[in-house]
Amino acid sequence: MNLVDGFTIIMTASGLFFFFAGSIGLLRFPDVFCRLHALTKADNLGLGLIVLGVLPQAASVFDALQLILIWLLVMVAGAMSCYLVASQASESLSKNAVGQSNKHHDLSMQSGIESSAGSTHNEF
Amino acid sequence: MIEYLSVVTGLLILVLLVGLGRVLLGPSPADRMLASQLFSTAGVSILILLAIIQNQSELINVALVLALLAPLTLITFIRLRKNPS
Repeated sequence: MNLVDGFTIIMTASGLFFFFAGSIGLLRFPDVFCRLHALTKADNLGLGLIVLGVLPQAASVFDALQLILIWLLVMVAGAMSCYLVASQASESLSKNAVGQSNKHHDLSMQSGIESSAGSTHNEF
Repeated sequence: MIEYLSVVTGLLILVLLVGLGRVLLGPSPADRMLASQLFSTAGVSILILLAIIQNQSELINVALVLALLAPLTLITFIRLRKNPS
């Protein structure tokens, strides 16, 4: 019992650390894409660690299975919504870059991302 | 154990407050929707922890519904911005 409680404490504390890292990244990173990177990866990992830590404390096996189901669902939904937000943000970025042609040279790094995202978007 | 999990829940609510700062600051609407993504994951974990603390397994169902509905808001946002008509 003591070992199980220690496992819960360690896993929940590390999940909380990743949640704090993700939200501080959301607050301090300069760009939409950087914020997206910080948020989707760190938060899904934090939720996974909290679910893993809480799993031995669950009342029944059915509850534990439901917790794992929630975790999988959040991971799939997080990946999908990350892709959607990134494609929308890169579209609006390319619209701005067409208007200002001298800034297009600075955005040459990001235009590669735009073109690849745009081509996959057309298939979508 | 219960006290420790309660402290963790309180700190997760602090994470939600940090996300509210991005809602206030965010220059583009996509940034504000990212904060809603943070609210969904942190809210799901808060509900899971509350289900364990209060020993009510119904709250796990509430967390499942929140995890199901959170991406729908983002999909609606993206589709409305693509076709404004």
